Amino acid sequence: MGIYVNKDTKVLVQGITGSTALFHTKQMIEYGTKIVAGVTPGKGGTEVEGVPVFNTVEEAVKATGANVSVIYVPAPFAADAILEATDAELDMAICITEHIPVLDMVKVVRYMEGKKTRLVGPNCPGVITADECKIGIMPGYIHKKGHVGVVSRSGTLTYEAVHQLSEAGVGQTTAVGIGGDPVNGTNFIDVLKEFNEDPETLAVVMIGEIGGTAEEEAAEWVKANMKKPVTGFIGGQTAPPGKRMGHAGAIISGGKGTAAEKIKAMEAAGIKVAETPSVIGETMISVLKEKGLYEQCKTH
Amino acid sequence: MNIHEYQGKQILREYGVAVPNGIVAFSPEEAVKAAKELDTGVYVVKAQIHAGGRGKAGGVKIAKTVDEVREYAKELLGKVLVTHQTGPEGKEVKRLYIEEGSDILKEYYISLVVDRATDRVVLMGSEEGGMDIEEVAEETPEKIFKEVVDPVVGLTGFQARRMAFNMNIPAKLVNKAAKLFLGIYEAFISKDASILEINPLVVTGDDQVVALDAKFNFDANALYRHADIVELRDFDEEDPKEIEASKFDLSYVSLDGNIGCMVNGAGLAMSTMDTINFYGGKPANFLDVGGGATAEKVTEAFKIILSDSNVKGIFVNIFGGIMKCDIIAEGVIQATKQLGLEVPLVVRLEGTNVDAGKKLLNESGLNITSADSMADGAQKIVELVG
Repeated sequence: MGIYVNKDTKVLVQGITGSTALFHTKQMIEYGTKIVAGVTPGKGGTEVEGVPVFNTVEEAVKATGANVSVIYVPAPFAADAILEATDAELDMAICITEHIPVLDMVKVVRYMEGKKTRLVGPNCPGVITADECKIGIMPGYIHKKGHVGVVSRSGTLTYEAVHQLSEAGVGQTTAVGIGGDPVNGTNFIDVLKEFNEDPETLAVVMIGEIGGTAEEEAAEWVKANMKKPVTGFIGGQTAPPGKRMGHAGAIISGGKGTAAEKIKAMEAAGIKVAETPSVIGETMISVLKEKGLYEQCKTH
Repeated sequence: MNIHEYQGKQILREYGVAVPNGIVAFSPEEAVKAAKELDTGVYVVKAQIHAGGRGKAGGVKIAKTVDEVREYAKELLGKVLVTHQTGPEGKEVKRLYIEEGSDILKEYYISLVVDRATDRVVLMGSEEGGMDIEEVAEETPEKIFKEVVDPVVGLTGFQARRMAFNMNIPAKLVNKAAKLFLGIYEAFISKDASILEINPLVVTGDDQVVALDAKFNFDANALYRHADIVELRDFDEEDPKEIEASKFDLSYVSLDGNIGCMVNGAGLAMSTMDTINFYGGKPANFLDVGGGATAEKVTEAFKIILSDSNVKGIFVNIFGGIMKCDIIAEGVIQATKQLGLEVPLVVRLEGTNVDAGKKLLNESGLNITSADSMADGAQKIVELVG
């Protein structure tokens, strides 16, 4: 089970012939993900890693029945790749590419309004349902099947959280990286709603970072709607204001978007927030024990 | 990327936005020449630095004569201005903008930003011009108006007029103001700006609507398609290490501590800083080597840290996903071969190709303290630096 992707998901790789895409296509196949097609304009009719390559997403979908796309296309062309996936009516487009101009994303998000396709990212590690389907760039070996959902704005912090949980014997359902850009597709609330409805998921780790107010909005939603325990962490507690910390969205500006405000909002919503990133796992385990869910969540 | 006010006003001129006449000057002589050329009754001598709050910090002077322009130019050039946006170290003034004075009747505020809450560009305006807009938002939020722009049609005429009416611009000047708003929107979109703030926008005695300031910030991710904007970059305004890092597409921010950090991923890099602070240390930098970096790029990143004389120890914290641990190891080894390693180095590797990475480091003969986790690594480096 888990959310968004599972063992039946048929994946299409946009930009499959690039070196990063090739490396991760191999890794995804090794993990057991069903990669059914690749798209690189002009390379249609060829094959890489045993995967047929098509010129357009539309062709690829017709020939293979792919329903989710993962995008590794370089930044200047990535927005167009998302539009193409949307036009082909895929269930999801997961965009790994970083450094897409923000005004391109403003147009993309507008274009996708009312359309079938769900966008995850851009600038994200992807989505993985443990032992079933890995789509993106995350290292597969750290994930263990279980009952904790993970949603995060940061790629590497997702790995950190998952790794800590797995090491402590607590597996995961699905880990979703929503990406660190200011204008993106799926947000915290979208993912929390899915986890709330997923019978396999018993608790959720939510990892945010400085900048914007997405964490505060998610905390409000959790307070009003979430039936399952949520723990969290906010990166950038010691970041100086006015300095952009790598992610286009990670900046404290005009006194807004500080870690302190986010932590306050989360705690007010009953979300237990880890003091340091090294205790994200421990924090979840303490809450599972408190709620009597630990035995069920422990991987046997 | 930021640019200077005079450069921003030149862009606005190209989009038909009314701005006062002005000339940039790098010396008192040039300032005098500029004033003579402008030949007006009142001159404004404005320090050009990449930070707001110049007026309050004494960086803007009104001169009545060319001689006064010379005096103010001498006073300002070379002066270190400390504003609420420069940090306590301030910024040295190296350029001036000599502008004709305007007969100001009233000051307003107008800006464009990419708004994360709506995923759209938003035009934001207020009749409370000249002030710190964050204070206005805090104390009188009802005086701030917003127009959310649909990218399909862009900022529309009715939205621009509605904004002007909301801001209480005199009725006879509403069309002029609306035209200015449409002009700044065109400039914003055409140049891939992420922020454009005009504070103040003014109405003058001769019935003009004029942009008296222009603060642009451009989307770094879109600079590849704006060679003209890239040319406006002023290296004097940036930290030399940050300039070096930007040549290799590295995301680097100088901080005031002594523990150099090399991390992959912005979230993990911030959290590494947080963890070092938690154990009582002070990071010397934020450095995200990013996703698909090559060994060469990692080498350059590590060299930037090694060449920082404030650095008394280095913590490499990598959780490989798209980044491969062996690439990191190669970069670290290359850089230390070229520059030597005289400070303690703690390395924590996890994720993609972790075994290959650890093997390379073990066989390198480098004096490396390895760490099992981020907390372990942070504790070790804080101890070693002492």
